[in-house]
Amino acid sequence: MKLKLATAALSALMAAGPALADLVIPDLSYRTGPYAAGGIPFSDGYNDYFTMLNERDGGIGGVPIRVVECETGYNTEKGVECYESTKGEGALVYQPLSTGITYQLIPKVTADNIPLHTMGYGRTSAKNGDVFSHTFNYPANYWDGASGAINYLLEENGGDLSGKKIALIYHNSAYGKEPIRTLEELSKKHGFELAALPVDHPGQEQKSQWLQIRRDRPDYVLMWGWGVMNQVAVQEAANIRFPMENFIGIWWSGSENDVVPAGEAANGYKALTFHNVGTDFPVFDDLQQYVVDAGKAAGAGDQVGTVLYNRGLYAAVLAAEAIKKAQELSGNADITPAEMRDGMEALEMTEAKMADLGLPNFGPTFSVSCTNHGGDALVGVTQWDAANKTWSLISDFKPTDGEVIGALIDEDSAAYASENNLEGRCN
Amino acid sequence: MPEQLVFAMEVILNGLMAGVLYALVALGFVLIYKASGIFNYAQGVMALFAAMTLVGIMNGQVPFAHLINATFGTHVHDFGWTVPALLAILMTMGVMVLLAWAVQRFVMRHLVGQEPIILFMATIGLAYFLEGVADLMWGSEIKTLDVGLPQGINLWIDESTFNIFGYGFFIDNLDIVATVIAALLVAALVAFSQYTKQGRAMRAVADDHQAALSVGISLNFIWIMVWSVAGFVALVAGIMWGTKSGVQFSLSLIALKALPVLMLGGFTSIPGAIVGGLIIGVGEKLFEFAIGPLVGGATENWFAYVLALIFLVFRPQGLFGEKIIERV
Repeated sequence: MKLKLATAALSALMAAGPALADLVIPDLSYRTGPYAAGGIPFSDGYNDYFTMLNERDGGIGGVPIRVVECETGYNTEKGVECYESTKGEGALVYQPLSTGITYQLIPKVTADNIPLHTMGYGRTSAKNGDVFSHTFNYPANYWDGASGAINYLLEENGGDLSGKKIALIYHNSAYGKEPIRTLEELSKKHGFELAALPVDHPGQEQKSQWLQIRRDRPDYVLMWGWGVMNQVAVQEAANIRFPMENFIGIWWSGSENDVVPAGEAANGYKALTFHNVGTDFPVFDDLQQYVVDAGKAAGAGDQVGTVLYNRGLYAAVLAAEAIKKAQELSGNADITPAEMRDGMEALEMTEAKMADLGLPNFGPTFSVSCTNHGGDALVGVTQWDAANKTWSLISDFKPTDGEVIGALIDEDSAAYASENNLEGRCN
Repeated sequence: MPEQLVFAMEVILNGLMAGVLYALVALGFVLIYKASGIFNYAQGVMALFAAMTLVGIMNGQVPFAHLINATFGTHVHDFGWTVPALLAILMTMGVMVLLAWAVQRFVMRHLVGQEPIILFMATIGLAYFLEGVADLMWGSEIKTLDVGLPQGINLWIDESTFNIFGYGFFIDNLDIVATVIAALLVAALVAFSQYTKQGRAMRAVADDHQAALSVGISLNFIWIMVWSVAGFVALVAGIMWGTKSGVQFSLSLIALKALPVLMLGGFTSIPGAIVGGLIIGVGEKLFEFAIGPLVGGATENWFAYVLALIFLVFRPQGLFGEKIIERV
């Protein structure tokens, strides 16, 4: 009897507990709260890609992936709690999806030897891997975004922006202020006039800023917004009849959420991006077959192909490719977080690799190294078609101003290294 | 006329319009506070709930669809029909009356006679509960609200002012509509409270619960009525703000815009909410225009509270609030 009970208890324990070998990927999601409309599609894309790898390929290198979702509500304290509660499960990489959480986690992940991937957000100077050993922000960061916007405008103006007026309307927070220094440097370099207009959180009332834009008549408006600020800004721009094709948002101001409420008036609005849009890629057939149709989608399946879903999917693709690299380098299929960090540092994304994954021309080509944790900083531009309710990539992924950005990154990361008594580690 | 003066005139006009929108939110607070002494923290969330319900009904969305699908393995999302805006508004009003009844029946009735701070905390709980229910009921995605209200620059004002000043003023058509609706709403509320039996009963309850009870006025009925009227005001505010920004969670934060208005106008005065809204609207916009560029901008949120605090120092009961004299 005792033996039977012990056997039953052991069986129950094995059934209830996690598999002995699995690749643990925490998903610090925000499906509730004021920013849920942005958090849900990203998290759906992030989860669905891993589900597809499990269902189609049996995981990565024969080891199944286990996604551990933890709700942050886009709240920094909750995000840190999520980190603390999941890191013990063997978490391979964190994608905190919040600049606030990122800043809190940078010292923690370094101490715990777990890599952090902040794709298109977070601390920009973390690109300097010589200082930030465990933080990666490939394929692009905010300063690349600022430079990408200016490069695009340079192209539109025959390479000359001198005498042009560019307004930056930004969320009055650390995130929103990120591009200001870069844009100031670029304005000196290219001779355009920059006016920065802050909008207080949450951004529902922007009349003053748009009246000023109407009075000053800038040639272009750039936007670093998030949440309701984006929708109101697009609507206000339409109200004052600002030409939408001259209005460019950062990638966090460039999803369907931001333009649909303004209806037809949003037609022509542009946004920066570091990944492609839509579902016209072979991998979406597999997602449909193995995930959505099989009833295994993380959400209702209604977000597939939206901008933020694709961003979450791309983040998962990059994590999966880093796992493969780590497995290759270490010779272990069931890798450790430290091996994952090494894999991320040796990651190389080529067009051939993306095509093999069913994602041709989905993202920029880039490679990561000990000193460069930010990739090759290639940025593209998308445009909204209100009639068809679709975003389209209207440019290639193009280089940004490495000279200006590199100097700023060196300056900021050197200050961080000095504050924290860090030695360069890549010599 | 100097250019800056012309710009300032445009800013003042827009401030007045913005003030009306703030006042719309503040009105809901005033109604409930006036009748029951409760500072209803959930007023902003009621605006969100009302707007989400309106969009859901208009789009023929199945309420609690995610929950139903997750529980029963079904794939229902909508009924396959749409509802005209006016009918949907009436149906939403019905939902808000039901909500008022539920709040009264399950929350407030059990707290009669409790300290105001207890009632205030109950409304905090109600706010978070309603947020969750609204999410569960209609989903958290951003929804487009189009009940046919005009938006964009008013061309007549643009041309007229251009002919006079050489610079066309920007006034949003939606703000003009909001102003007209707010004026009608205030007139209707004043007429209701002055000239109808229920309105007089509401005022009696506001003056003295015990005395009102002693002459046979039903407290339950009056409070349900007041919460229903506040629900209607929340619906109007939700429509106006939701049309501007889409219906989304952030709508609940418009309550933040109403607080300085209440501090300034007084918690018990309907005209106070309107005048307070106008002063806050004009004050914050003018300050942003004149001083904002010198201090890096984004002054509106904090300046509204500074303005309200200045008024508080000199008139703690607000411009139109009732002065409370307690004899000891």
